[in-house]
Amino acid sequence: MNNLWGDSLSGFWSAWIIVITLGSIGFAFWLLYANRKTDKTPDADGNIETTGHAADGIEEYDNPLPRWWFQLYVGTVIFSLGYLVLYPGLGNFAGVLGWTQEGQWEEEVARAEERFTPIFAQYQEIPIPELARDADAMQVAERIYLNNCAVCHGSNAQGGYGFPNLTNDDWLYGGEPEQILTTLHRGRNGLMPSWRQLGEENIENVTQHVLALSDLEHDGVRAERGAATFASVCAACHMPNGTGNQALGAPNLTNDIWLYQAPGQSVADSVRQTLRNGRNGHMPAQAAYIGEERVHLVAAYVYSLRFRD
Amino acid sequence: MKHEIVEKNIGLLAVLILVVISFGGLAEVVPLFFQKQTTEPVEGLRPLSALELEGRDIYRREGCVGCHSQMIRPFRAETERYGHYSVAGESVYDHNFLWGSKRTGPDLARVGGRYSDDWHRAHMYNPRDVVPESIMPSYPWLFERTLDGSDTPRKMEVLRMVGVPYTDEDIANATREVRGQQEITALIAYLQQLGTVLEGTR
Repeated sequence: MNNLWGDSLSGFWSAWIIVITLGSIGFAFWLLYANRKTDKTPDADGNIETTGHAADGIEEYDNPLPRWWFQLYVGTVIFSLGYLVLYPGLGNFAGVLGWTQEGQWEEEVARAEERFTPIFAQYQEIPIPELARDADAMQVAERIYLNNCAVCHGSNAQGGYGFPNLTNDDWLYGGEPEQILTTLHRGRNGLMPSWRQLGEENIENVTQHVLALSDLEHDGVRAERGAATFASVCAACHMPNGTGNQALGAPNLTNDIWLYQAPGQSVADSVRQTLRNGRNGHMPAQAAYIGEERVHLVAAYVYSLRFRD
Repeated sequence: MKHEIVEKNIGLLAVLILVVISFGGLAEVVPLFFQKQTTEPVEGLRPLSALELEGRDIYRREGCVGCHSQMIRPFRAETERYGHYSVAGESVYDHNFLWGSKRTGPDLARVGGRYSDDWHRAHMYNPRDVVPESIMPSYPWLFERTLDGSDTPRKMEVLRMVGVPYTDEDIANATREVRGQQEITALIAYLQQLGTVLEGTR
């Protein structure tokens, strides 16, 4: 990523900037002196010179600039010249301090790394189940969770419509340390296809069958009819008994937990909608955003949620 | 020179004022037009697709830029939260720039890929559904309105005139790509590509 700040200016543009910048300062300084008056002593007749403006007999004195103002002006000129010597400003001249935006940022990052790296490195060594019980670590982890994960999974980690609850023991892709790490590292892509082609009749039957799997109120006849379709179509991912498959992220359909039940929607309607349109839940990979060490900590945080009431 | 001359000739005064205030722009802005850093795209930069372009226009229409910047400054606090600082070469195909200068909401320069499309839909429909403390307005009409794409090719032609490398094929297919799409789909397509060219450089 070198060169993001670009190449230096060509000689012409560098000179252009230098001439305009120094010219402006010189001009400002000249303007001050060219218009300067120091004399406010009365002439021989005791008259003090005025600007010549008069209104209703009131005349305007033409006094010199106040000394403090004059000195402030000179001060700004000196400051600007000093600044241009120390910092980049005059075309390609880098300034004697060698300051750059990038350098300042790198310094800042290096300082932070020096401070935080040992802490994260220490946590990295601790296995996740153990780390999950370390109160200090979990305090750090909670911050990372709140900054990066809570937008979807909620600050209480209970998820929402379309975003999995992390506090129950229903895991789409598994709740063991390795599985949580994989989820965080690589992200997850749910792939429930649309089954519109089965036809409304079959979709209704399968819906009733799915309701039956969770022991919800259902139409027994239709559920019976849906069983065959379920076995030939759905069982491949959701398993013949409907308990799901974590390797594929196919949810368990027997525990009455419905990720895609919109607020106010009945379970039956939610299942119908899923069957008609499919679902494509997407968990973005996090390692690129927060880095390995923080992934480890957040995984421990997610793991620790099971210990809470 | 006598001040009096300047003060009593308003036309001259106006001209001199213009000359003086143009110095800043001449020294600070004009050289940038001739610098590779600001005129050459970073590697991998591509023009917005037809759908993303329509999304960009919805972003402008809804005034997103009023609350969201697209400019990550080189400070650790920002790169830690948003990712690699923004560089000029990422914006060479932007006309106009949507850098913004106000952060009522977070910076969006690298929001692409950060959240799922579903999240964006839920969030745009009612931000409180996913972020209870959010003060962002809801944009439910984006879900009702669809694009017809009739002026998308023209927009791309104009952008091509100012240097965005759209091909004839891009322009010919633009209407087909856009027609019938929900506005929200276009907006999300735009958001999901933001800042993704420098991905992996953090």
